[in-house]
Amino acid sequence: MRLHKGKKIGALLLACLLGAGLATAQAGVIKVGAIFAVTGGASFLGGPEARTAEMVVEKVNAAGGINGDTIELIVKDSAGSSEKAISFAKQLIEEEQVLAIIGPSTSGESMKIKQIAEQGKTVLLSCGAAEVIVDPVGPYVFKTPQKDSFAARKIFQDMKRRGISRIAVVAGNTGFGKAGKGQLLKIAPQFGIEVVAAETYDKKSTDLSALVAKLKADSGIEAVVNWSIVPAQAIIAKNIRQAGWQVPLYQSHGFGNIKYVEAAGAAAEGIIFPAGRLLVADSLPDSDPQKELLLEYRDAYQAKFKEAASTFGGHGYDAITILLRAIELAGNDRDKVRDAIEQLKGFPGTGGVFTFSAEDHNGLDIDSFVMLTVKDGTFVLYNGQ
Amino acid sequence: MNSINRYKILGLAGLVIAVQLLTQFTGTAFYLTQLTMSAYYGLVIIGLGVLMGYAGQLSIGHAGFFAIGGYLSAALTTHNLLSYKDSLCIRLLERADMLVLSEDIYGDALLTVVPWGACLMAVGTAALIALLLAVPVLKLKGHYLAMATLGFGTIIYRILLATPYFGEADGISDVPPFQLLPALGGLPPVVVSGSFDNRVVNYYVAWGILIVGMLLLLNLINSRVGRALRSLHSSEEAAEAVGINTSRCKVQVFVLSAVYAALAGVFLAHYNAGIGPSEAGVMKSVRYVALVAVGGMTNLWGTLLMGVSLTFLSLRGVFGSLDDAVFGVILIGVMLFAPEGILSLRRFLVPAKDAALKRDEP
Amino acid sequence: MTPDLFFQYLFAGVTYGAIYAIVAIGFNIIYNTTGIINFAQGEFVMLGGMIAISLHQVMPLPLAITLAVALTMVIGAAIEIIFIRWLQSPSVLRLIIITIGVSILLREAALHIWGESIRSLPYFYGNEISSISLGSVHLSPQVLWVIAACGIMVAGLSLFFKYTPTGREMRACSANRTAAILCGISTRNMVTLSFMLSAGIGAVAGCVMSPITYTQYDSGTGLAIKGFTVAILGGLGNSMAAVAAGILLGIIEAFSVSVVPLAFQDAIAITILLAILFVKPHGLFGSSVAARLKDF
Repeated sequence: MRLHKGKKIGALLLACLLGAGLATAQAGVIKVGAIFAVTGGASFLGGPEARTAEMVVEKVNAAGGINGDTIELIVKDSAGSSEKAISFAKQLIEEEQVLAIIGPSTSGESMKIKQIAEQGKTVLLSCGAAEVIVDPVGPYVFKTPQKDSFAARKIFQDMKRRGISRIAVVAGNTGFGKAGKGQLLKIAPQFGIEVVAAETYDKKSTDLSALVAKLKADSGIEAVVNWSIVPAQAIIAKNIRQAGWQVPLYQSHGFGNIKYVEAAGAAAEGIIFPAGRLLVADSLPDSDPQKELLLEYRDAYQAKFKEAASTFGGHGYDAITILLRAIELAGNDRDKVRDAIEQLKGFPGTGGVFTFSAEDHNGLDIDSFVMLTVKDGTFVLYNGQ
Repeated sequence: MNSINRYKILGLAGLVIAVQLLTQFTGTAFYLTQLTMSAYYGLVIIGLGVLMGYAGQLSIGHAGFFAIGGYLSAALTTHNLLSYKDSLCIRLLERADMLVLSEDIYGDALLTVVPWGACLMAVGTAALIALLLAVPVLKLKGHYLAMATLGFGTIIYRILLATPYFGEADGISDVPPFQLLPALGGLPPVVVSGSFDNRVVNYYVAWGILIVGMLLLLNLINSRVGRALRSLHSSEEAAEAVGINTSRCKVQVFVLSAVYAALAGVFLAHYNAGIGPSEAGVMKSVRYVALVAVGGMTNLWGTLLMGVSLTFLSLRGVFGSLDDAVFGVILIGVMLFAPEGILSLRRFLVPAKDAALKRDEP
Repeated sequence: MTPDLFFQYLFAGVTYGAIYAIVAIGFNIIYNTTGIINFAQGEFVMLGGMIAISLHQVMPLPLAITLAVALTMVIGAAIEIIFIRWLQSPSVLRLIIITIGVSILLREAALHIWGESIRSLPYFYGNEISSISLGSVHLSPQVLWVIAACGIMVAGLSLFFKYTPTGREMRACSANRTAAILCGISTRNMVTLSFMLSAGIGAVAGCVMSPITYTQYDSGTGLAIKGFTVAILGGLGNSMAAVAAGILLGIIEAFSVSVVPLAFQDAIAITILLAILFVKPHGLFGSSVAARLKDF
């Protein structure tokens, strides 16, 4: 019995190993890895990111590839769990010998595989929000979403202009919420703003009226900043308005998807938040360097997937297009591609115009954000009225 | 231990070595990464298997114990203790030679607990919590026990997600390597870390621990305690009537399985150089329970086989976005058609042979 | 704490509690006829909401909800017939694990049908910002719908179990299965019926709470855990107790916000529940005799 079983397992393993051994790289194919949370708790990030990356690669290959080489995108679904991301990163680097990895979607996963990418000397273009991913700078690790601190500063600039000085900060218990809350608390004193209440709620919260009641009871609170991703950011908006509380509500750049406006309905009106220009591409002046590509991405995504393009998908778009541009410049070589990314200047993406350097592996500045607001169920530029 | 199990253990050890040599020769050593990780998950699953199959106690909270081990060990070896230098705790640790001073990436002084010390503290804490929890929890039965363990798992998950010390949603990263043995003679030191050049050593460490763990459990099952456990599973009243201290047996097994989970957590946190809240979630606990069920509740070998192989496939991302769906199908399939676990399917092979033999007889 | 704030917390707690209670009632119905906890109950809630949302694109709201409830009931019955009915004397643990598997499959199916985005039904009355003011306490009208649905279902169920022949047969199954069979009751049909009934109740819950909580492919899991907790706390099988326990849990959660950081809300609430469970091992309103009958 034992021998029989042992043999069976051995044969199975052997088959696996041989199968993988045969799948060696073909000529003229450049392998790019992608780790996204396509399913699981962070799927609202990973889903659009993965779809966008696949769409871009498909288009590039259909147009003849890059310098004659076709791109093979290997997408791995981490479901938002760091142990899977770690396993996949090692797999992609050693086994698939990918040129670079785009993703992961969340900060937690990105921090876990940062060292692996460094050790494997493989470029990592993270779509995670937290600044710690690129601070301190690791030679091979880049990130495409705008820095949280810029979003926080944008919000505080507007508050200062309006004379708001006492605020409440609420955040979801995701990596995004954690990083944003941290930046808000850190930067507020620089603008002379006092955070009188800071709370974290569960990302799967179904109702936040008790929290709203608590905040409302403090009559000194002049504005609320919420830093989270769906559905809680729509729930908090509804609960605040249902409580009859007419406090200014600021949201993070996580609000950058028209679906959340639809979800919050009438409660979304007047919400102010920083975001990349993707959401208001139509109203940009023609001279804007991003306009053309924003419209092109938005229309292509919406035509292909029958859903509104979001800034999250945009992070994936930026990651893959920056990488492809670097490959075009430097060819199929990990170190040369790394150098090429570091030397990219004035490269327009959905998140802003990227200018990388040895010290800055994010490449965006505070002007990559504009302040938006919701009016009649659509996003419009907020000009502080 | 009976001779069949002895041969099986030897067979497993042989297989482990054979797989390593095979990957060496075929240049596919990268398989060892996921095999190492699955071995640690296997440790959690066999520990839970004994608790469920032999002590008859369901626990939907074992990811909690895994997380206690992993998170504590990760936090103690990663977070700087320098600002607490003068507190009594730290001085005691220093006296016990459990602290190490190093430099962090910014070149600042970093005072942390040595991994050995952190490992002992983490596993000790998990054992203590298990002990404190076991006394009231194991008085509950059936669904009430399931709820209590589920509640425990949820509490641990929430605390980890809400505490900045444990990194909230991001978890802990940059966990240092764990040096198990110093360099002896000409041999390099044995270090638990995810570094590519440490892979073979780590593979043997993980499987070594798993095999020793399996050996201990098999011995336990065939010992007096094991017989007591089995009697307890079939009828608790009868077991009590013949003088078995049923509650003590249950508590012991509960603590043992928690120690297995915590130990796996410690080693995996060092191997992965990090740990995240996904390791502590309720779904993870449910998955462990399901893996035990798929392997066969009273079949430790089946549990080991299914636990390691399904985890291996999942960690390699074989099923892509359908990972959970495939798992659900396997789970339902096994429960519908082979409720005794996957290995009970061999019944279909064996009786057929018997029948064939009989027909040949005149 | 001002009286206003007190009542605001109280109403928030009742809202949470009513949601948990409806999910818990679904658990109890299946538990009563089969002795198992159906871990796919949360997915019934999700399916009810999702189907209603999809149907609402092409038909008016009341019709969409009615059809969604009916469809979810059919799905509930189908699950019982495919996965459970034909098993011969299955153990309770085996059944529980099958329902865990079913819940995974339903969730994955929903992910592939509806994607990962959030959806919701429109508010039944008013919209996202309308609220009813009771003094200085503000409530969304949808909260009243949830509470009303919860109340109507409890009342309807107790009438059904007390006065209709089918209801009595189901109760007979739950009290003593062998005796029920001897009386000529088809226990298998009763089990199918109980799956239909609890799927229907889950679907109603999914529809009335959708405007408040939103519906996503994985929103069932969290609700199932809360609902299970509440069902246990009340004492398994007792729907009235589930309502009481649900509201108790909701109120504990709401008021805990005022004293501890919100991030620890669940940890605190569940710690209190575990403490109650250790003192009263069969739930707040459960008796040890009733619980003994259905242990595995």
